[in-house]
Amino acid sequence: MSRPQPKLVKTDKAGELPLDRALLVQMHELMVKSRVLEERLIQMYKQGHGYFWIGGPGEEAFNVPLGMLVKKGRGPAYDFLHFHYRQSATLMAMGEDTVGALRQMKNTASDPYSGGRNFAGHFSKSAWNIVPVSSPIEVQYAMAPGTALAQKRHGGDAITIVTGGDAGTAEGDFASCLVWSTRPGNELPVLMVVTHNTWGISTASDTQQANRDISERGRAFGMKTKRINGNDPVESYLELQEAMAYVRKERKPFLLQADVSRLYGHSSASGANFVNAEVDCLAAFEQRLEGAGVLSRAEMDEVRKRWTEHVAAEARQVVQEPPPDGESVWNHVFWEKA
Amino acid sequence: MANMAQAIRMALHYAEENLGVTDVFGEDTGAPLGGVFTCTQGLKTAWNSPLDERGIIGCAMGLAFAGQRPVAEIQFVDYIFNTVDLLKLAGNTCWSSNGDWHLPMVVRSPAGSGIRGSIYHSHSFDSWATRLAGWKIVMPSNPLDAYGLLLAACKEENPVLYLEPKALLRIKGEERIPGEPADDKQLSKMIDAPLGDRSQWKPQWPALEAYVVPIGKGKTVREGDALTVVSWGRLLPICVKAADQLKEVGLSVEVIDLRSLWPYDWELVKGSIQKTRRVLFVNEDTEVTNFGEHLARRTTDELFYELWAPPRVLAGKHLPGIGLADPLEMASVPQLKDVLEAMRHAASLQP
Ligand SMILES: Cc1ncc(C[n+]2csc(CCOP(=O)(O)OP(=O)(O)O)c2C)c(N)n1
Repeated sequence: MSRPQPKLVKTDKAGELPLDRALLVQMHELMVKSRVLEERLIQMYKQGHGYFWIGGPGEEAFNVPLGMLVKKGRGPAYDFLHFHYRQSATLMAMGEDTVGALRQMKNTASDPYSGGRNFAGHFSKSAWNIVPVSSPIEVQYAMAPGTALAQKRHGGDAITIVTGGDAGTAEGDFASCLVWSTRPGNELPVLMVVTHNTWGISTASDTQQANRDISERGRAFGMKTKRINGNDPVESYLELQEAMAYVRKERKPFLLQADVSRLYGHSSASGANFVNAEVDCLAAFEQRLEGAGVLSRAEMDEVRKRWTEHVAAEARQVVQEPPPDGESVWNHVFWEKA
Repeated sequence: MANMAQAIRMALHYAEENLGVTDVFGEDTGAPLGGVFTCTQGLKTAWNSPLDERGIIGCAMGLAFAGQRPVAEIQFVDYIFNTVDLLKLAGNTCWSSNGDWHLPMVVRSPAGSGIRGSIYHSHSFDSWATRLAGWKIVMPSNPLDAYGLLLAACKEENPVLYLEPKALLRIKGEERIPGEPADDKQLSKMIDAPLGDRSQWKPQWPALEAYVVPIGKGKTVREGDALTVVSWGRLLPICVKAADQLKEVGLSVEVIDLRSLWPYDWELVKGSIQKTRRVLFVNEDTEVTNFGEHLARRTTDELFYELWAPPRVLAGKHLPGIGLADPLEMASVPQLKDVLEAMRHAASLQP
């Protein structure tokens, strides 16, 4: 199981980094790995090695702890994951290699998530219960109660985790998840996550939804809820740990709103250029790590350099890989028993 | 003989006991009602869901993802429309994940007209459904096929849409379901929930046996040599009736029950058309972009030089709804007289 238990040791004089040093270092490395990957994906798009980019730079501080805390495996004894398209950092934190995302960007036959059929960030991995990420907004919230029902029936502590953005919560599927996971006597182990970046594509959330705090919607259903600073990996880790422990033990849902940044705009459709006006969770974390003496600037630069070289080498290889054959469109229309 | 609703119920019972079905669910599907058409009375895995069709399809997908075998119900197919993108998603899950995932799930829903159901209890979904690649789509026209197709659906590893011709749900069959008791009254006593208080009631299931109608296999239900008629669901028995009437006046019509819309039994259809050289496709969905049009187009593409007449389609009128008053419904979906006329016309065309 890939769930490190943090020791609540104070690693810095000010006491603002209440996690074990090794965990902080690991979290930092995973955030860097994810950021470097996303920046490479954007570069590939801009160089013509892909048709479209969408992903999660700016959400690493939340998505990395999420991935570290997942109970990873296949079947109802493990967590089921219904992901948004900004979840690369969660996969990286679960131990996924970077090369798969590059292959999906380049839509090669070797793309492990869709064989060149789907956009970047649209992961799928049955070995880890990651159901296919799909483009229609919010549908994952309609499916989550089904896997959670199977898990509740199965027994044990596995949960269903569903993630999505703030604008999408206007869709009925979000309400479906609230209703279906709180049927009296049949409550379900679902961790409902909303990563709130205050934007749809170009529409500001406060012009469309009167409820500033989306997590409050859970209260009407008797759900435990919380709104957290998703730009803070330490807070995210601790709050996720608490929320997940509740869902695992009580077999009841939890609605968690994490406020996050969107660092490269919505997608390649809006340019995919770095946005200065929003908090960069990685830069902020690095400052804290340095200030607390956990890592030096030079050490962190070294981590970034290592991942940059690793991902660049992979990208050089991936852009040489062939796309799928046209004839292969007929594969997997139906699943046939092996 | 069992009626179609009883046949469906027995098939679901068989599937719960023998095929690993874990959930039979939907609006009013569980106790006490057991479905608005009684199809799910007394089933041990039946449960009532929130009134939320998208939630129902989504939950079925989630259950299937997690290794369960759900049979979800949409109470009337008229209410399936707001789930179309989820149906699409279920149909493309195996394909879009390049074979990484697949969804063994069945969605049942009563479809079509014939119960004077007005605008929102009369609609068809057959033709819409055939555009959902990745789904298998079946529609029985009699209780034995209803039983056999549902067993096949519950054994499938892919999503199956099982359309129930609602006007035929109460019609008794002509062929016995294996294990069904000889006496109808006895069957009813055993498996129909009593009126009034049902809290203590338990069904007494007959010793049912496996009987599978393979998905993709049609059936020739009347043999003839002057015209091929291909139909399914509610209009199939009407086509049979029309063929029997025309036989008496010397017109020999072959009637094929397609039973599966996707995949469909083209070999059977093609062989029959090559014999009769004339074909009429009959169904009650609206006629523009109708599945019968696809079949007619394929007939033209592949059999043009063997035909003695253009392939014909008789279907529902392209109207926004089916009106409640009797003459409105009769004017909207093909009736016996329309089928007779279309058959005579198709058979009379000369090259
Ligand atoms: C059902 C649906 N409608 C519209 C779109 C187009 N679209 C893609 S992303 C998006 C905005 C989503 O915003 P939010 O839910 O806040 O997530 P974010 O992208 O900000 O993480 C829209 C409108 C879509 N993919 N699906």
